[in-house]
Parts: sequence; C-alpha cells; structure tokens
Amino acid sequence: MTTLTEVPETTAARETPARRRRPVDRLPYLLLLPGSVIIGVLLLWPLGQVVVMSFFKLDNVRQLRGDRDWPWAGLGNYADVLGDPFFWTVLRNTVLFAAANVVLTMILGTLVGLLLNRLGRRMAAFVASCVMLAWATPALTGTIVWKWIFDDTSGLVTWFFNALPDGLSQALFGRTDWTGYGWFNSPLLFFAILTLVVVWHSFPFIAVSVLAGLKSVPSELHEAARVDGAGPWKAFWKITVPLLRPVFGILIVLSTIWDFKVFTQYYVLAGGTQDRPTFMLSVYSYAEAFSPPPKYGLGAAIAVILTLILLVVTGLYVRMVLKQEEDA
Amino acid sequence: MTRAAAEIVAPAGSTTGTRAGGGRGTRRARRIALNGAGLLVALFAAFPVYWMIATSLKPSSEIFSSTPRPVPAEPTLEHYREILTGNLIPGVTFADFFLNSVLVAVATVVLSGLVALLAATAVARFRFTLRTSFLIMLLVVQMIPLEALVIPLFLMIQRLGLYNTLPSLILTYLGFSLPFAVWMLRGFVAAVPKELEEAAAIDGASRAQIFRRILFPLVAPGLVATSIFSFITAWNELIFALTFINDQDRYTLPVAMTFFFGRDDTAWGPVMAASTIFTLPVIVFFLLVQRKMVSGLVAGAVKG
Repeated sequence: MTTLTEVPETTAARETPARRRRPVDRLPYLLLLPGSVIIGVLLLWPLGQVVVMSFFKLDNVRQLRGDRDWPWAGLGNYADVLGDPFFWTVLRNTVLFAAANVVLTMILGTLVGLLLNRLGRRMAAFVASCVMLAWATPALTGTIVWKWIFDDTSGLVTWFFNALPDGLSQALFGRTDWTGYGWFNSPLLFFAILTLVVVWHSFPFIAVSVLAGLKSVPSELHEAARVDGAGPWKAFWKITVPLLRPVFGILIVLSTIWDFKVFTQYYVLAGGTQDRPTFMLSVYSYAEAFSPPPKYGLGAAIAVILTLILLVVTGLYVRMVLKQEEDA
Repeated sequence: MTRAAAEIVAPAGSTTGTRAGGGRGTRRARRIALNGAGLLVALFAAFPVYWMIATSLKPSSEIFSSTPRPVPAEPTLEHYREILTGNLIPGVTFADFFLNSVLVAVATVVLSGLVALLAATAVARFRFTLRTSFLIMLLVVQMIPLEALVIPLFLMIQRLGLYNTLPSLILTYLGFSLPFAVWMLRGFVAAVPKELEEAAAIDGASRAQIFRRILFPLVAPGLVATSIFSFITAWNELIFALTFINDQDRYTLPVAMTFFFGRDDTAWGPVMAASTIFTLPVIVFFLLVQRKMVSGLVAGAVKG
C-alpha cells in the first residue's frame, strides 16, 4: 500500500513537462467536480450550517422546512447549555468514558499486536482471524449479542453468577439469585458493559495496526540491541516504542475521535435515548434535537461543542507531532 | 468487566517477559503461555459471533433454559423460518427491510464508486494547482464527526423534500463514503502503469477510450474493494436512518432491528437469526478487503 501511495508523485512528476505546453488542462478539474460538489454540499456545508443553527431558536420542524421564521438567539443556546448543571454531568460522562475506552483499547490492542508478532505462524493466523471477526461484526449486531449475553434471565453472565457457589456469591455480592438482576440499571455498570462492547469492537484495529508497525521495524535493530546486551523489556521501550510512536499517535487520535461520539452501541444497550443519567455528548445532542419537544438549535449548540472538543484533540496532536519533528 | 477483558492478555504477556532467557524448559513454558494467551484472545474476540449463530440455531426451549448449552443440541432453522415468512408488522416483512437496505447500499456503492473513480483519476494522473489542496481536504473531512451533522442534514433533507424517502439515505451515505473511497482508489489508479496509456495514446486512442478500455478494467479490482467499504458504511448505518425515515415499511434493516427487537421483552431466537442474516454478508465482505483498510487508514493518516 505504501508503494501504491508513493507512485502518483513520480508519475505526476513525469507528466509535468508534457502538460506544461498547454496553458491549463481543464480535464482534472472536470473529473474532480462531482466529488467536490458532493463533499462540499453533504459534509462541508452542513458543518457550517450546524454552527449557524446553533445561533437560532429552532423548536419546530416547520422552521426547518422554511415555513416559519428563525428567531435569532445569539449565544442563548450556548448559555442555556453551559448554564445547565446537567451538561457538566454529560461532559464528565463523555470524557471519562472516552478516556477509559481509549486507554483500555490501546493497551489491549497493543498487547494483542505484540502477541500476534510472537506467535507461531499458524497460531498467529488463527488468532488474527478470530480478532478480525470482532472487527468485522457491525456495531449494531455486536451490541445486540452482548445485550443477549447480559440478559437478566437466560443470559450467559446471569447464568455464570447463578452458578457460583451460594456462599461465595453471598460473601462477595450479598446475593445468591441473579435471575432478574438489572445489569443495565446502575449507570456505572451500564458504562462498564458499554466499555466492554466498545473495546471488544475497537481493539482489533489497534492490534492489526500495531502488528503492521512491528513488522516494519527492521529485525537488524533488535539483533544489534541483543548483541549490545539489551533484554527484551529494554529493547521494547528503547526500539519498538520510539519507532512506533507516530503510529501510536495516529491510533490514539483516531480512537479518541471514535470513542467521543459512540452512538450505535449506546442506543442499542440503553434501548433508545431516554436514560438521561448515562447521556454522553453525541446522545445528548441527538436527544435534545429529536426527542419531543424538538430543540434543534440547542442540539446544534451541543454538536458544535462536541466538534470543537474533537478539533482541540486533533490540534493538540498535530502540534505534538510538529514539535517532535522540530526537536529531532 | 472491561478490566477483566484487558487482563485476559496482560498477565500471560508479562509473565513471559520476566521469564525470558534461560534453558529449554523455560522456552517451552513461554511458548505454552503465549499460545494460551492467544487462545484466550481468540475466544474473547470470536465468542460473541459464535454465540449469535449458535443461539439462532437453538430451539426456544434451549435458549431459555437455565443452563445454557455451548453447542445447540437439536439445531433447528425455525427462527429463520419465522423471520423470513412472518410479518413483523401487518403487511411488512423482514424481506422488505432487507430489500430497503440492499437498495440503499447498492445505490450508494454505484454512485460513490463512479464519482470516486473520476476524482481518483484526477489526483493520481494529473498534476494541477489545486491537487494538494484537494488531498488535504479529503483528509480533513474524514475527521468531521458525522454525528454532529445529523441536525443540519435533517434540515437539508427537509428542505429538499426528501424526508421519509430512501434517496435521503443514499445521498447522506454517498457523502460519508466518498472521501475514503477517493483516498483508497487513488492508490489503485496510480498503480496502473502509465506506459499502457501512453502506448494507447500513440495508437490514436482518445482520452475517453483510454479511460474506458485501459484504465477502467485495470482498476476494477480496486473498485470492487472500495465498493465493499462503501457498502459496509451504508449497510451498518443507524442514526441517520433512524432520523430520516418515518414510515415503518421504509425502514432499513438496522432501524427495523432496533425498533422491533430492542424492546424489553425480547425473543432472542428470532433476534439472533436476524442478526446473523444481517452480519454474515458484512463479515464475508470485510474479510475480503480488510488488509487494504488497515493500510488505507494508517497510510492516509501518516501522509497527512
């Protein structure tokens, strides 16, 4: 793939002298036109529009259709959102959830990547195929299965806790009969299960990417380290980690962006967007906008806040990378 | 729970680290520990998929028994029969939802593939003033949180009069799948040797002929891979389908599944049968192209 991406530079360069004879070749612009229009209209314009909408008081679908006026709200929606203590609960939920998920996904993914690199060929192929299954499964059905595993009557987890010796179960949890236990009722337990579902779904990408990174580390480096007397632990921190740092950086940013806006898994586990104590920013924005009574302006303001946070995350990372390159 | 999941690998990994070095016995022990950790990871990753399929094949009495069987004792297709023949709501069957989903996904794939191929040809074959700007734009738009676009796109769909129609979804998914499709295809276009096109040009072929007779057939495998990604994007999407469609007979499969099965009293047999039907095509497609996805995502990010 890397070789494929290198090619356009060289072919294009080879092409330049021939093309220069004509003043401007319109063909590439024509070819780009449909794609640019679609990206502009369906991604960039809505991105601007969500900001515009956040400055208006919009609580009727007729306003969206253009049948009614848009009363200007200024920063009113933002004042409402930021002045509501509930927003800060939601923000805390979002940040803690994303942090926990990024950390756990990165740790598990990296360990599995390292493991795949150490296993024998057949075993590695087998484990990698199983890991791929978790990745390939759609978020929707993956979550439905986990919900079934945590079903309060016939789910595997309920069965497992019922199967524990009564004395042990009583001593540890203060109950012996787990049938009908609401696994999703306490916010903390709900978030724990949601974390399990999200980490299960996202660690394969990290594992495969780390593995790809490990394969690209020249084996001479490790041999040289071994000759110089470095143990595997030291070699890992002094050779593998520094070489993989750019890959880790990208993976952390991508994971952060993904885990900040988890929606499908949440929607299925929570059975909709009514369970306010477990709200996160993306769900909050959606629920404010689309649960009756609709508040599109307020929802848009929350969506803008979410986007700004992600922008800061990406920006911090870009600065970090640039600084590293300056220092080097 | 998650911590437990993470620790499935952690202890085995660290013990092998400390035991490293030494005689043949420890090397053997390390190998066993590594393989054991590998099996645990494989189990954790693949079990839910296995459990989905296994449950879908069990008769209801086995599903709701108090001691679950790891393997269906009397496998049956009754849940599949129920899903495929019964009406989920009066007049609407599973097949209708399936068809809606297929229609949306296929339309997205065709449009996205066509537009992406044109754009990819432009950036891979020509050098022009705005080329770099366009590539940077492609990377930037992939960072946009799509969840933040539900409200403005809902506005747009309302204004266009497309609310409650399948084209509203096709349009939306076209926008979502296009940046990655262009990014991926430009590698495939660039890999086609330029000399072939030059030879054709010398033989008097027009640009349109070169595109149709030479570039297109050679890029076709890449187009298939790219199409699969667009398909999966459209097939799996939930939030926008939930928001833009009102009539039940126009639901796509994901919406239908959350609507009918996400409720409290759940019939797990039919739910798992439906989930299996929904999931299997994605898994098959995904395994066909996953390698390109890793390199595409990471290479894309690195090149930024």
